[in-house]
Amino acid sequence: MGEGRRPPIFWALAPLLALFIVFMYGPIATIVILSFQGPDGGLVFPMNGVSLHWFAALFQPQSIGDIWGSFRRSAALGLVVMICTVLFSFFAGLAFRRRFRGAGFLLYLALASLVMPSVVVSLGIGALFELLGIDRDWYSSALGAHLTWTLPFGLLIMFAVFNRFNPAYEEAARDQGASGWQTIRHVVVPIILPSLVGVALFGFTLSYDEIARTSQSVGALNTLPLELEAMQTNATTPVIYALGAATTGLSLMVIGVSLAAVLLVRRRRARLGSDAGQSV
Amino acid sequence: MAGLGPAIHETPRGIKLLLVDARPKAGHNRRKSARRRMNRLAKAAPYLQALPMSAVLVLFFAVPIVLVVVVSFFDYETYQLLIPAFTLENYREVFSEAVTYRTYLITVEVCTITWAITVVLGFFIAYFLAFQVRSVTWQTVLLLVCSIPFWTSIIIRMIAWVPLLGRNGLVNQLLLTTRITTKPQEWLLYSPFSVILGYVHLYTLTMIVPIFNSMIRIDRSLIEAAVDAGASTWQVMRTVILPLSKTGIAIGSIFVIAMVMGDFVTVDVLGGGQVASVGKQIATQLSYLQFPPAAANAMVLLVAVIAMIALLMRAVDIRKEL
Repeated sequence: MGEGRRPPIFWALAPLLALFIVFMYGPIATIVILSFQGPDGGLVFPMNGVSLHWFAALFQPQSIGDIWGSFRRSAALGLVVMICTVLFSFFAGLAFRRRFRGAGFLLYLALASLVMPSVVVSLGIGALFELLGIDRDWYSSALGAHLTWTLPFGLLIMFAVFNRFNPAYEEAARDQGASGWQTIRHVVVPIILPSLVGVALFGFTLSYDEIARTSQSVGALNTLPLELEAMQTNATTPVIYALGAATTGLSLMVIGVSLAAVLLVRRRRARLGSDAGQSV
Repeated sequence: MAGLGPAIHETPRGIKLLLVDARPKAGHNRRKSARRRMNRLAKAAPYLQALPMSAVLVLFFAVPIVLVVVVSFFDYETYQLLIPAFTLENYREVFSEAVTYRTYLITVEVCTITWAITVVLGFFIAYFLAFQVRSVTWQTVLLLVCSIPFWTSIIIRMIAWVPLLGRNGLVNQLLLTTRITTKPQEWLLYSPFSVILGYVHLYTLTMIVPIFNSMIRIDRSLIEAAVDAGASTWQVMRTVILPLSKTGIAIGSIFVIAMVMGDFVTVDVLGGGQVASVGKQIATQLSYLQFPPAAANAMVLLVAVIAMIALLMRAVDIRKEL
């Protein structure tokens, strides 16, 4: 779009976006504010004093749910899913740069997995484990269920990355005598590192917050989102808001660290970038 | 996993070298077979690289989905959850009950309303970000601001509506103190309204991102040409940008329809037992460990989702014909 004055549509849509952002963040802000309720405060406004009482209560044994056990399971599962998502997506992305039989099938499988209603996936995995006579657990059936959700995202990101990847870098490395593994390790990975951080972010957060595919596949012990869902029906104190604020804080921290990592890589690259092509 | 690459590369080579070295005067042959080995390795590489993802998706997605189809014809008892059989009883059960039709009707209704709201909101917000925000930095920042909630907890984002919309919630407090109403409004929470609000809150971003992606690829000279030919902003939007963002709209729509049609969590948290949905019906059957009826129900749901998506694609294509 050219220079000059903003058209009227700009002034019509700018408030829409502002309202949308308020709509996105407003409810979560309410929960964060309410989590600072005083010890006698209730589940709704008005604030009855301000305190950290309900955050402290997170460390007491709970009558309505197993906060720390479910948190440990969710965090561990998120980390495993993150590692698997980065590695599997990266290698699958490499595979798709060349022709191989079954490539189309794998792509459709990933896309189908992305749009399949979660309740169907969850039901299928539940039935599979039931038929095999294996108990469902977070590190087996739920791990698989999470990967059906995160891997398609990872693969699509890798597609976008390798579409823009210039093979000349690899050719140069090979011409200098680098082996296949050395080319990947010292040329490909450093170039696409920011995108791999992005895949890791998707892998961890989507798994850490997953609920629909987990519900029928997790077995007896809940992950944190499922525990929260169960808790909210019986919640009588703002401790659930404190938990919500804390876990949202953790998610924001993960996002922040990922963004910082991406910016750091970019800045380093700008500073230490090559001078190839610059005149003498 | 990091060690797997070299291990696969080295093992066959090691064995082959031993075999080759056992023969005298094999210099020429050795070079030739080394090249052949490299070729074979290069051909096998994509299969090895795609193996982990393929294995996971086949084992935890393809096989379970096939199993849902199979199990939907199974029989069941209280003490034996899955009895291999070929019975149409589960489907008969699904289609014979009036509650099924009512549930599907309300699910499709809620889904259609949600889709209409998210597609309009998504289109205009994506349009604003792609065409009205001029600096790339601002574009990135605003898109990021819109995306961050996507990476936070879905369940928290739903629960967050409760203290706002509840009987004693903030909205009702405001309505009462400003004397807009004299009684607290009960329809705000645990109603189709709150469920749809929850969906719009959760899924508008899934509409914005693909539409934005389509829009950012539109050749700017097309828009300049339209403007030069005298098109107004509105005409450019309707006749140039809208048709060219069709792919994004379709992708976003598929996501929203699939997620809303199969949802059982939002309906549970924000519907509070007052709103029915197909997903919830399936989840309830599963909580009673009734796998076969749940599977039959899931198959019907799947057909409904595919039909809705096909219908949508057709509508999109028809517009192209006009």
